[in-house]
Amino acid sequence: MADAVLQIDGLNKQFGALKATDNVSLDVRDGEIHALIGPNGAGKSTLIQQISGLLRPDSGTIRFLGRDLAPLSVAERAQRGLGRTFQVSSIAPEFSALRNVMLAVQAVDGSSFRFFRPVMKDRRLIDAARAVLEDVGLSDRADIIAAELSHGERRQLEMAMALALRPKLMLLDEPMAGMGPEGSKQLTAFLDALRRQVPILLIEHDMEAVFSLADRISVLVYGKVIATGTVEEIRNNAQVREAYLGEED
Amino acid sequence: MNRETLFNVVLLLALLVAPFVALQMDEPFYVSLVTRVAILALAGVGLNIALGFGGMVSFGHAAFFGVGGYVAGILSQHAFNYEPLVTWPFTIEGTNQMLVIWPVALIVCALLALAIGSIALRTSGVYFIMITLAFAQMIYYFAISWPAYGGEDGLSIYVRNGFPGVNTMNPMSFFLICYGVLIVCLVLSMLIRDSRFGAALQAARQNEVRLASTGIAPFRIRLVAFVISAAITGIAGALYADLNRFVSPSSLSWHMSGEIMVFVILGGVGRLFGPVAGAALFIVFEFYLGGVTEHWQLFLGLVLLCVVLFARGGLIGLVAGRARHG
Repeated sequence: MADAVLQIDGLNKQFGALKATDNVSLDVRDGEIHALIGPNGAGKSTLIQQISGLLRPDSGTIRFLGRDLAPLSVAERAQRGLGRTFQVSSIAPEFSALRNVMLAVQAVDGSSFRFFRPVMKDRRLIDAARAVLEDVGLSDRADIIAAELSHGERRQLEMAMALALRPKLMLLDEPMAGMGPEGSKQLTAFLDALRRQVPILLIEHDMEAVFSLADRISVLVYGKVIATGTVEEIRNNAQVREAYLGEED
Repeated sequence: MNRETLFNVVLLLALLVAPFVALQMDEPFYVSLVTRVAILALAGVGLNIALGFGGMVSFGHAAFFGVGGYVAGILSQHAFNYEPLVTWPFTIEGTNQMLVIWPVALIVCALLALAIGSIALRTSGVYFIMITLAFAQMIYYFAISWPAYGGEDGLSIYVRNGFPGVNTMNPMSFFLICYGVLIVCLVLSMLIRDSRFGAALQAARQNEVRLASTGIAPFRIRLVAFVISAAITGIAGALYADLNRFVSPSSLSWHMSGEIMVFVILGGVGRLFGPVAGAALFIVFEFYLGGVTEHWQLFLGLVLLCVVLFARGGLIGLVAGRARHG
């Protein structure tokens, strides 16, 4: 699979007696949205934490753009193009939306060790950040303090911060959570277009969104991937229906 | 000009005018009191970079304040006695020139902070507070038990160190030197706050995981800020030793760390002029309340309690409202 951007092989992570990640292998290819679904406590977030570097796996490898991620810190992984959003929006609450995005631009655009030039006079940072805010549809809220943004706007802001990194892969942890039906629809359309720029590993509970967006789906149950396939294959997989989708019928 | 800027300008002018008024009133003692405010404010400006901008609650900044003071004391003692500091492999003489003492204090404190920070910044919260405290106390006990430079009795500076073209023994001249250094460091601190580095540093305080996920490693940002913070506090220590013409282990003790922290909190954590307002308020309390009752610190404690409970932005927050980050 020459096109795999992210390649996970035989990943294990145990918390005490709980196998949160049990011999997980999966890949994300260029141009696709790979959705990861599973019941609560299946280990989806644990898996994302290991990919982004917040947790260390017990064994197994994660390769990103052909490179083993094991020795790299969270920040180094982000610099190499791993953008992510969190289950609960994670932003710098005291900064305006614009300054939040400028922070991400500054991370990829040279050094943070510049001490004397005011960022608010740094046209390159400001222009790049405004462009990204425009992309996610938040440009008219650029000067609002992030803590005062609505839930949906914070989601957009987080997306903007991830995109400002010019990522090679996006890890989205339940981006639809807490969004109204209108917001979910907009976000679905946004992600649908986004896949042409950057492949996405999408963790999501909203089945409607997953089935309309995903090129492939992996189903995680008790830390194990029990099936990977296209939307049709997953819909018709007896094991998946029993373990997970059955609850919804 | 917004209210915070206006308040800052008034504060700086008041600080500058106060000693002239004191001289007019023939009260030279007040000149040295205002000089103390300027120096302690400078120590606070240092701590504010770590505590206010970076959220690093260092309970060990007395280490840098005291070491800065000992650098001034030790260098001038060697110069006074015509004893070289080191004779092998090459000779290092003492000095009584502030322009040499300050860079030495700055470098020594920066190196010390690099060592302490590299260890302490691997922890956070209460552990960070305790490790910084532990390092400062180690240096404190070391100073007490090292007889070469006075040990417990401290070290006197017989003649205040010199500055080219200035008679530093003149209280007014010495005040102006301290005031100048304070202004320079305030400007520095403002530039840092508004720079790329400052943005990353403040983000590290607000949301460390987000900063890392954005591709900026919080540890290095914090460490550099801690070093800058220590260097400024170290220079304040050197000036303080010159003001008193004396440096003792008490400038290294945790009381001192606490006091510097009180300046920052009283004035407003993370506010550019917070430490200046805080140090001024502290000295006013100490002087006037201290004149009324020797239990003045009880009242200081009450004020501090009120600030923490009701006015998180400190004095500057009360005057100018919440901080704006633009």
